Amino acid sequence: MSDKFQIVSAGSALESSAAPVTPRNLPHRGGEPNASALALALRFPGAVLRSEVIWGDTNVYVTSASISEVMRWLRDDTTQRYDYLSDITAVESRDLEQPIEVVWHLRSLAFRRFLRVKTQIEKGSKLEVPSVWGIWKAADWMERECYDMFGIRFSGHPDLRRILMWEQYKEGFPLRKDFPLRGRFSRAEQLRQALAQNPEAKYSMEELSIADAFEDLPDEMRQRLGKGERTGE
Amino acid sequence: MGLTARPETRTVSYQPESQEGWVTTRLDFLVNWGRANSLWPMPFGTACCAIEFMATAASRFDLARFGMERMSFSPRQADVLICAGRVPFKLAPIIRRIWQQMPQPKWCISMGACASTGGMFDNYAVVQGIDTIIPVDVYVPGCPPRPEGLIYGIRMLQEKVMNERMADSRLREEMNPDPASQLYIPPSIIDELGEPFGNSVHQTRSAP
Repeated sequence: MSDKFQIVSAGSALESSAAPVTPRNLPHRGGEPNASALALALRFPGAVLRSEVIWGDTNVYVTSASISEVMRWLRDDTTQRYDYLSDITAVESRDLEQPIEVVWHLRSLAFRRFLRVKTQIEKGSKLEVPSVWGIWKAADWMERECYDMFGIRFSGHPDLRRILMWEQYKEGFPLRKDFPLRGRFSRAEQLRQALAQNPEAKYSMEELSIADAFEDLPDEMRQRLGKGERTGE
Repeated sequence: MGLTARPETRTVSYQPESQEGWVTTRLDFLVNWGRANSLWPMPFGTACCAIEFMATAASRFDLARFGMERMSFSPRQADVLICAGRVPFKLAPIIRRIWQQMPQPKWCISMGACASTGGMFDNYAVVQGIDTIIPVDVYVPGCPPRPEGLIYGIRMLQEKVMNERMADSRLREEMNPDPASQLYIPPSIIDELGEPFGNSVHQTRSAP
């Protein structure tokens, strides 16, 4: 990651400076794939499983072990330059045989390209994929949200904990198909647990400015915070 | 003589035929008139109802006509909490704390379907009516209510304030929740009312 911010104007790497045209009458399946899909298949023949074009957008399925490598190449290679991670999410099907998919939405501003990278995790296996936090810092909260809603662990994430639900939330992962719409507990129990949470105890030490002055804190407080204690508790 | 029913001390009657003391009723009237026409709202806007609330406060509907032009963004100077919008469970302890920080006497308006009942958000994340966490005086129905609806609710609240007595000590006491459950409504009733009905019974179905 470069230290300096670089200004990238959209389409600056393209040869023609013509204004982009919104595509119309796209077919559901088929069409012209993103140039990155082919390049990716040539560069990582073992990692790319298949690719398809749906409504004009290219989906590339890769193996979960190769995520870090593929993503770093997509960002750093001068012919790709996917400098903008717009979303990380997951998809679970109602069909229990279907694997859970983790989806990354990448955008290359310089080339005006959009690429959807997917990886599939089998239902029975451990829900874990490598984190891309080291590649795009934007992944921080997206991976936390994906963990919060689906229970997918992103290995390598520095601070993987719930972000939308409170940290003591015990009912599970709300967007999973086996999660009832109203939650698992009764309404009164949900209220009791919600009221028992401390609204100020949701910041970790890293999120607070206290982290900058950590060395200046009293020993006793430094030990407590170092053990992972949250403020306000 | 002990047989006559104790006069109702909760509300005040300004009627000349009432046997109440002239001075106290006039004083009650004066204090209530002052209170009712200078209610400072604490806006707790979380959703689209807050937009209607802003419209109510803006020049066309002009909440200032009712002495409410001063939005109190600090709960310590506020008289009436207007909860406009759905309250997720994560906000429940926060709205409870804001309510506890407001000084007595205080009132609460639950604006809109979501704040009053949970509305269409009968799901894992939304409180099914803020009356389960804080006591509510006026419910304003609507999704969202029009500014006229909110003003009608505020007029109802002003009517309630006008009927209060200074002698009523409950005005100066904090209304505490049930110590065991920390709720204002018994948990059994919350569970009973939270049961799905009608078409929504199908929504609890999980994956096969």
